[in-house]
Amino acid sequence: MASTLKGEKTIPTRHAYGETLVELGKLNDRVVVFEADISKSTQTYRFAEAFPDRFFNVGVAEQNMMAMAAGAAICGKIAFVSTYAVFGSMRACEQMRTSVAYPKLNVNIAVSHAGLTAYDDGVTHQAIEDLGIVRSIPNMTVVQPCDAPSTRKAVMAAAKIDGPVYLRLTRIGMPILYDAGPDFEIGKAIRLRRGNDVTIVAIGDMVFQALDAAEQLAIEGIGVDLLDMHTIKPLDQEALLESVMRTGAVVTAEDHNVVGGLGSAVAETLGEHRPTPMTRIGLQDTFAESGAYDDLLRHYGMDARHIIEAARKVMGRKK
Amino acid sequence: MNREGAEVTTVAGAESSDIVRNLTRWTRLLRYDTLRMISNADSGHPGGCMSMAEILTCLYFEVMRVDPRRPDWADRDRFILSKGHGAPILYAALARKGFFPVEELKSLRKIGSFLHGHPDISAPGVDMTTGCLGQGLSAGVGMALAGRHDRRDYRVFVVIGCGEMNEGQLWEGAASASHFHLDQITVVLDYNKLQFDGAVDEVCAPGDVRGRWQSLGWNVLEIDGHDIPQILGSLRQANECRGKPTIIIAHTIKGKGVDFMENAFLWHSLMDNGLLTKYVERMQHELNSDPDRFYAQCLW
Ligand SMILES: Cc1ncc(C[n+]2csc(CCOP(=O)(O)OP(=O)(O)O)c2C)c(N)n1
Ligand SMILES: [Mg+2]
Repeated sequence: MASTLKGEKTIPTRHAYGETLVELGKLNDRVVVFEADISKSTQTYRFAEAFPDRFFNVGVAEQNMMAMAAGAAICGKIAFVSTYAVFGSMRACEQMRTSVAYPKLNVNIAVSHAGLTAYDDGVTHQAIEDLGIVRSIPNMTVVQPCDAPSTRKAVMAAAKIDGPVYLRLTRIGMPILYDAGPDFEIGKAIRLRRGNDVTIVAIGDMVFQALDAAEQLAIEGIGVDLLDMHTIKPLDQEALLESVMRTGAVVTAEDHNVVGGLGSAVAETLGEHRPTPMTRIGLQDTFAESGAYDDLLRHYGMDARHIIEAARKVMGRKK
Repeated sequence: MNREGAEVTTVAGAESSDIVRNLTRWTRLLRYDTLRMISNADSGHPGGCMSMAEILTCLYFEVMRVDPRRPDWADRDRFILSKGHGAPILYAALARKGFFPVEELKSLRKIGSFLHGHPDISAPGVDMTTGCLGQGLSAGVGMALAGRHDRRDYRVFVVIGCGEMNEGQLWEGAASASHFHLDQITVVLDYNKLQFDGAVDEVCAPGDVRGRWQSLGWNVLEIDGHDIPQILGSLRQANECRGKPTIIIAHTIKGKGVDFMENAFLWHSLMDNGLLTKYVERMQHELNSDPDRFYAQCLW
């Protein structure tokens, strides 16, 4: 885990997902869950125990599962589909695009092992392209909450959205950030710190690296405006533009390839509305490897130290 | 060993007892290496490694034409571990065969190592990158087609899992192999009857496994996947079969050889490293005091 998190109690966001599904199942009997043979890992086994008649384990058959969920949603069900992010976004990609997103069905694709949180399982299980792929599909809402409480709220909200939601979850534990924090709303960035020197926009597990970086920069007297951009689509352009108007420089931080994900989404908005010096922290268009999460973040230039360096550098490029 | 009602293909084991004794030794060593690696890495999938220990031993130490000094030899037989989560025992086989030092096994799943959580061709001896189930056979079909075009006589061996049979792509690959008459392809099904979430019959019943392959035009053999003479016999029959690919349905036990792991689906992944580490220590002690001094020299 990240250095700031040592000793803290952490919860993988997939666990919060699994628990919330049970809550949701109690509230609404139209909620059905599809799973592809990894219920112990995605945590849907909890829903399976509570509502065996609304749980369908299809085996290792993700494409089949995605299209099955589409069929159920057309017939009035609120479907959740669970697997790892590589399989949900890529193995079953075209089923998601044509059978789910095009007809705009209420199929919620909740996928674990986001980015390097899959750590030592290696490249095959590290989804580093999914945000870019899924974001480019019309009608999709794309969310990666950073902690358990916000995941709970995201799951509840996803069920209500009349259309597909892609929910990206972590394999490893995340600290609790929002226990008593602001209300979580899909599409609304959360400002974690207010500052006027540099904007840091982070998503998912990288929010914690960004928090760490912002704290250290504060000691140097650098004021960071820190946004948890949990919803990458639709992007909260208003919050982003308001922030960069004050700071004039931005760093993005994502556990994902810098191509296609949060950095790209932010660059698209800024390019059109307010060109601003920026640096993207994330995998620099490379596959990673197996290893401990901390080691990988450090090696691939994604830990707090690299965010700090990027922030200092990008401030030097202000006009 | 065959399931009730299944038509049995008797595969005679005409092996010399020396060969069998030798392979039995390697199998025992590969089990040790694998468990040691997983306990060391504190992560991995032991159950499905244990079930294919005899199969991998027979392939690498008797049947396959490979040369560890030339991992890129164009005429080598190809091996694809389509159930890529079984990587540790493949790495153990490659190390013991001499593709890289046994010392490397300590680096499983660590940053900087080529021994990734799932196999990648950056590791010497690994012929195909795998880990996402269902894709290996299709790649094997491509390798066989390329070999045929280049007039090379190498064979292609693919090991698949029983849960893996849920994947539609596997059946697309099976149809292609048969359609192109790729008799150089041998698939071994590690039929341990368990997948991640439980028994295959409970998660997604595979139906008439033999019939499914047969209907696609495959030569189907069925054996006890822990019986070395039967494995060797079936691999030989597969090599001799002309005009169609062969599948060897190998009935196995998930976690084979480790009392608390056998048939325990929760041991698909590492369940309790305390327990495993203790077991590995005991195993090490046993091997070290074995009258066959072969083992003592191989421990790490
Ligand atoms: C496409 C894909 N989906 C899901 C997984 C996760 N997964 C890893 S192993 C496994 C179960 C495999 O069962 P089986 O093929 O029977 O393997 P074995 O029992 O031999 O270990 C699953 C679902 C994966 N690796 N690839
Ligand atoms: Mg199996």
